Amino acid sequence: MTGKRVRETFSLDDIDRRIINGLQGGFPICARPFARAAKTLGIGEQELIERIGRLEEWGIASRFGPLYNAEAMGGGVTLAAMAVPELRIAEIARLLNETPEVAHNYLRDFDLNMWFVVLTERAEDLEGVLARLEATTGLPIYPFPKERSYFLELKLEA
Amino acid sequence: MTELTPLDRRLLDALCRGLPLEPRPYAALGRPLGLSEEAVLTRIQSWLRDGTLKRFGVVVRHHELGWSANAMVVWQVDPDRLDRLAAVLTGFPFVTLCYRRRPIPERWPFNLYCMIHGVDRARVLDQVDRLVEAAGSLAQNHRVLFSRRRFKQCGPVMRHVETSEPIPQNPEEITTGRNRLASCAGGEA
Repeated sequence: MTGKRVRETFSLDDIDRRIINGLQGGFPICARPFARAAKTLGIGEQELIERIGRLEEWGIASRFGPLYNAEAMGGGVTLAAMAVPELRIAEIARLLNETPEVAHNYLRDFDLNMWFVVLTERAEDLEGVLARLEATTGLPIYPFPKERSYFLELKLEA
Repeated sequence: MTELTPLDRRLLDALCRGLPLEPRPYAALGRPLGLSEEAVLTRIQSWLRDGTLKRFGVVVRHHELGWSANAMVVWQVDPDRLDRLAAVLTGFPFVTLCYRRRPIPERWPFNLYCMIHGVDRARVLDQVDRLVEAAGSLAQNHRVLFSRRRFKQCGPVMRHVETSEPIPQNPEEITTGRNRLASCAGGEA
């Protein structure tokens, strides 16, 4: 698989942990946001900038920025699953990974074992993407669109 | 739905690549688009207010931090008890996400989903036990689906202009593509 590799070795110190734990949301929207955020973390602006860069380099942070609400932007999004026979797992995983509209893809222990998220820039394209994947794989795809979000606070501590 | 102008979309695209790591990142974002720092700030603030954007900050790859036992717990619950069960589940600090999703008759009766991100499987199973106990008779049935492998977790950036690609959090991922949203939406669906 291509892509950003996670560094084999990295070590987080207390300040890194404070950044990870304290900056998974609420980054200031102002002219000097790093300066303001750094102040609450008790470090300097330049140090915060360098440390965030290092977390990205280490692969701990994939990105520094916001999460997007695809639907609010007119996009289409759904969780979907398929039951993939063991022998076809690698093949189907490769296909999904090569599909730009597939954002996440996890193999889970269940008969519906391949779980992935499909995102399209336009809501009306979602169905077509699912239909195309079904046609290509010959396997039924079960879409599980979100009807309501009760909670969204995925913050993980380091 | 938010009305986005072509300029708005270009700004969102730029933001999607990640905030420039420099002292005045919003000014830097606006410069190539001919937008002032002030104009960028105003737009981003309004997108955060109306929910187009959320959780501005470090997008963490949980696996790399050692949070590798990730369980999706799915529940079958009577529609008029959904909200009550959701309230019970989200009351536990280890429940990180909770969604109601459409079930599929005959195939998949589960209509409420929650996620637990944990360090080890045994501990996560203990946590599931606590959920089951608290849910009591509210839930008819549940299943625990641990992730066995992560093939892709929305990676870095992908643009429709250039090539490149997606997480909200995980690694073997850069593929090529041209879907802005897939690269930016993080862990949600």
